[in-house]
Amino acid sequence: MADIPKTKFSRRGFLKGASVSAATTVIESASALARETKDSLYHDRSVGPDPLAVKLFINGHEHSVMIEPRYTLAETLRDNLGLTGTKVVCDRGSCSACTIWIDKTPALACMTLAIDAVGRQITTIEGLSHGDTMHPVQAAFVKHDAMQCGFCTPGMVMSCAALLERNPNPHLDDVKHAVSGNLCRCGTYPKVFAATLDVAEQRRQTAGLVSLVVGREA
Amino acid sequence: MALDSLVPAEESEQASPATAKPDIPKRTESFVFGIPQNGLQQKEREVPLDEPPPLPSNAELAYIGKPTERYDGPAKVMGKGKYTADVNLPGMLYARLVDATIPHGRIVSIDTSAAEKLQGVRGVHVIEHVYGIAELRDSKQEAPSRYPVVRYAGQPIAGIAATSHQIADDAAKLVKVQYDEMPFVVDRSDARAEDAPMVFPGPADAAGSAGGGGGPKGVPQKGNVHGPQRKNVGDVEKGFAEADVIVEGEYFTQVQTHSALETHGFVVDWKPEEVTVYASTQGTSSVRDEFAEVFKLPKSKVRVITEYMGGGFGAKFGAGNEGVIAATLSQKAHAPVKLMLDRRQEHIVSNRPDSHQTLKIGAKRDGTLTAIHLTSYGTAGVGTGAGTAGPATNMYKCPNLLTDEYDVFVNAGPGAAFRAPGHPQGCFAFEQAIDELAVKLNMDPLTFREKIDESPARKAERQVILERTNWRNRRAAGSDSGPIKRGMGLAQSVWYRLVSMDSSCEVRVSRDGSVELMSAVQDLGTGTKTMLAIIVAEEFGIPPSSVVIRIGDTRFPIGPDSGGSVTAGSITPAARNAAYQAKQKLFAAIAPQFGTTADNLTVQNGSIAFKNDASRSYTLKQVTAKLPTAEISARATRAAEYSKERITYGGVDYVELAVDTETGRVHIEKVFGAHDCGRPINPLGVISQINGGILQGISYALFEQRIMDRNAGHMLNANLENYKILGAREVPQIDIVLVENYIAQSSTDAAGIGESAGIITLAAAIGNAFYNATGVRMRKIPMTPANVLSALGKVQEVQA
Repeated sequence: MADIPKTKFSRRGFLKGASVSAATTVIESASALARETKDSLYHDRSVGPDPLAVKLFINGHEHSVMIEPRYTLAETLRDNLGLTGTKVVCDRGSCSACTIWIDKTPALACMTLAIDAVGRQITTIEGLSHGDTMHPVQAAFVKHDAMQCGFCTPGMVMSCAALLERNPNPHLDDVKHAVSGNLCRCGTYPKVFAATLDVAEQRRQTAGLVSLVVGREA
Repeated sequence: MALDSLVPAEESEQASPATAKPDIPKRTESFVFGIPQNGLQQKEREVPLDEPPPLPSNAELAYIGKPTERYDGPAKVMGKGKYTADVNLPGMLYARLVDATIPHGRIVSIDTSAAEKLQGVRGVHVIEHVYGIAELRDSKQEAPSRYPVVRYAGQPIAGIAATSHQIADDAAKLVKVQYDEMPFVVDRSDARAEDAPMVFPGPADAAGSAGGGGGPKGVPQKGNVHGPQRKNVGDVEKGFAEADVIVEGEYFTQVQTHSALETHGFVVDWKPEEVTVYASTQGTSSVRDEFAEVFKLPKSKVRVITEYMGGGFGAKFGAGNEGVIAATLSQKAHAPVKLMLDRRQEHIVSNRPDSHQTLKIGAKRDGTLTAIHLTSYGTAGVGTGAGTAGPATNMYKCPNLLTDEYDVFVNAGPGAAFRAPGHPQGCFAFEQAIDELAVKLNMDPLTFREKIDESPARKAERQVILERTNWRNRRAAGSDSGPIKRGMGLAQSVWYRLVSMDSSCEVRVSRDGSVELMSAVQDLGTGTKTMLAIIVAEEFGIPPSSVVIRIGDTRFPIGPDSGGSVTAGSITPAARNAAYQAKQKLFAAIAPQFGTTADNLTVQNGSIAFKNDASRSYTLKQVTAKLPTAEISARATRAAEYSKERITYGGVDYVELAVDTETGRVHIEKVFGAHDCGRPINPLGVISQINGGILQGISYALFEQRIMDRNAGHMLNANLENYKILGAREVPQIDIVLVENYIAQSSTDAAGIGESAGIITLAAAIGNAFYNATGVRMRKIPMTPANVLSALGKVQEVQA
């Protein structure tokens, strides 16, 4: 949090900081936060309380939506855009069920105002798969039964997939760290760990095969 | 514990001969019986004529007992599963509850005018009756009022529907409620005092929910103390006189809140022709029944849908206040209404009662138990159901037993059934006292249990623990000399085979070879859909993934409510019976076209084969293509249990831990669980549930605690940052072994695992390991650093 730019401190800025840092490591959140605060379209403008039209870039598509400035990204995704894969559980940044990615960095949609996500690349659970083809982390969750009621699952998947993006070779402790904010009341954690480590192992094996092939060719 | 609604079917038939069915024609069949590792036997049972032939053991089956990926796994991981919270209907309104800001008092006036004027508000409803709390036996003991008396902070008062949930939130803040405040009490021991404020002005009783968990009705009540419910067998005084060794102790457990991730909630679409209810519930049937009862509708006009639901753990049955308010608002506003509780409300609405238990057990020198005496006081707030005697009464045989269970009313949210109601509390005391007896008898705690435990399943489970854990290397209590002390311990659980006869399924086979199953039963995350797919797949010789499962809708044949580990044992026989009967119909319909008779056809190695000609076999698709009609279907219910034996299940859980005696931190390092649940249908799902039970048990033992403000009467930690539940970092290494246990009770012989899965045992197993580590007996949970340091005599006891 030491890297908060020296601009006017606002509730919005504070919420953003909380949202990003709660879901990821400090180093990444600091850089994301710096970018985000500097670029925010509405940062120096007084908006609201009436609804305003905003454009959000979600899962590779632009969406125009009328929202009040106070709407969180989670509310906007779920209520206004029908993207209900993002779940709201605690609605105050302590359970990570609403984890999405903003510019590939995990963030909490319940602690991010939708207007602060304007101009950012938002990835939700719906954007992780391609049609019916699951992301490898999603497929591994199914294989290992890393879900019970499934309400925490989208957020858990987003956290694990983000971990593998930044650390393709994680240890069990890294996985625990990556999902340390993701609460699961059914107690599915051991299978979440197994699923994530399995994806990493599969990728290592695939990478190994590729280098073997390359080696033979050389 | 009011599990009466779920007594084994045959017992309830005996209890009411007026409704007993005439004798059904039966045949005798020979069933596989026993525990495979001990050698399987055969047992003859009389079964109804239309039941399918007995299944062999899982080892001989294609899909049953094999790990199978969750049926709705892809939908869940891709965010496609629609939970009640996700239902968005055209024109839908969002509702918010207005709840009481005081713990006790009468409402003088409610002014909703400002809220009604807010733009976007479409409906306001002030409630007249509160559901889910105890009610006065004699309502005349309280002066009549147009508003319900407020008995806990957070009690619902009104509901508001608006075009967005932000407007509903704004409007809720504009409602002005004027109270005539009354004295209150929120602490169990304060409430027992003679001069304590009375939560109810006279005796009050609570209805048990469909998941069990309610306390007894009509017992004596003095002040806020309701009870006892007494069980008395033999003569405990005589039993203690015969004992060579006696242990006695007081044990304290805390209030735990269910904390399901999806809050209680409903979407209600009230139309004159039918009321459609989307509910986050464990019982589509109980929701439909309560809606029909409250709104005086025929059940046929209420449709309840639960496609996905985000956790319940025993707290989600019936319409509840949220459902009734959502329905009334929908009726008033002529629009669908969504009402989900917020997180604070969710923490207040249901909980596992706390306990203060005094337990005394006597045994002879050889270990034989002679007497058990348990007195327990617990509070379920404005509800009942705080009894803890289950383990003491049902785990081991003892000739003399006396248990007195008291409920203490306080001004706090109502308790509700929570995975094995009463058992985690009871087991924490009972299984620690059993260990204490072993120490006094100079016996190994596992060997002592071998002596007193008659359960063959737990015997097999203890054997697994002996073979697969470090138990044999167990050291004397308090062996470590440094500040970090390590130890190991174990504890056992008991649960009951409960079966609901309201369990039916329809199986439909179409000419294109597709097979589907329909039932109103719901899947609360335990894997009901997968289990049903496996059962149907086994019958038709097709992969489970190709069976379509449609459940969680009361338009389908009635299913059981999911409480008390009842689902698997209740619905799988109905599914198998329906699938078998559909298969028989299919064979009868197509046999002539294949030039044979139906009884010459069978399913073998995934194909439909001729019994008399090994060279002829067909796929299901080839066979159904010859159907003379577009589809055939069969609908079946489950038969009564084949025998009237009282069956229990259980588990043995082993824990290794480290106690930091300087900081008071308890670190769980390993858990090994061995469990039985009859015939496991999908081991992958069963193990998931046991993982969950173990982790919930650790969370209960170490972290969770509802904290009430004595001075203000509010729950202080009604959110997930201050109400601590276990997270990823606190997960130890967990190993689980399933013990198959065939008992020949139904056409599948399956049973649920939700209750006995770890949640019961863990606090006791951790207590026993703590003793082994430190030589100090932990009699209070949660084992927070403060409670640990106080037990170790390093700080004074902290009141929480």
